[in-house]
Amino acid sequence: MWIYEKKLEYPVSVSHPDPQMAKFLITQYGGPDGEMSAAIRYLSQRYTMPTGAAKGALTDIGTEELAHLELIATMVYKLLKGVPAEEMRRQGLGAHWSQHDRAVYPSDASGVPWSAAYIGVTGDPIADLNEDLAAEQKARATYEHLIGLTDDPCLKDGLRFLREREVIHYHRFGETLMRVRDYLGAKKQF
Amino acid sequence: MNDGQVEMLKHLQELEFCAIDLNLFLDTHPGDHTALKKYNQVSEELMALNETYQEKYGPHCNFGMGTSEYPWRWVQGPWPWEIEYPAKG
Repeated sequence: MWIYEKKLEYPVSVSHPDPQMAKFLITQYGGPDGEMSAAIRYLSQRYTMPTGAAKGALTDIGTEELAHLELIATMVYKLLKGVPAEEMRRQGLGAHWSQHDRAVYPSDASGVPWSAAYIGVTGDPIADLNEDLAAEQKARATYEHLIGLTDDPCLKDGLRFLREREVIHYHRFGETLMRVRDYLGAKKQF
Repeated sequence: MNDGQVEMLKHLQELEFCAIDLNLFLDTHPGDHTALKKYNQVSEELMALNETYQEKYGPHCNFGMGTSEYPWRWVQGPWPWEIEYPAKG
């Protein structure tokens, strides 16, 4: 069961609409290393984790990723607010406009729709947790690329918050992997 | 949304962020006394502020996690993505 809290995890804002930046940022909504991939990956992997701590970490991090999905959607919504069709077209969003107007649609920066093929769920806790560590690093790298693509201090602030959370999640997954390895009695290195 | 509501909302966001971060830490450090004490402290503060916020501004959580005055206040805006936060600094 999930409930909705009528608030953002972090107060994100933008200084002004910027459709080109929205086009780049949408990949963290529906791209391979975006928040939707993260949430669905962790919330699908949790069922076959062997320990309560691992089930807890995946449930909680997966849930926080849903909150991050909302932060990215909010940024995209604000970056596209009031932008006319002509401007969308000039900024490379003509194709987006034709199908989605100013709506927030899960795709990557090139418009490729979200796919479950982005995530790995093997049923093997060691394999899954290693995938999660890599996923957090890829998301961190993407946030750094995005921070480099904007000079809007408000947007940078929100992106920095999200980048920091990837680092924290990476640490928590690392600790989870160690504990699961101990539990399985597999002292050898994989 | 007036300044008072935005301020209270930001305070809620701060407290809940502490709770989220401590929660994740405790998932992998379940025997950490200090972290657990902080988590319980923050959770109590968060629950109290949540109640005050809901009394003033309507339900903050759906599905039975808060009550509403008449008429049903849950559907009143602004929704989270519509809020304009004042610029920092």
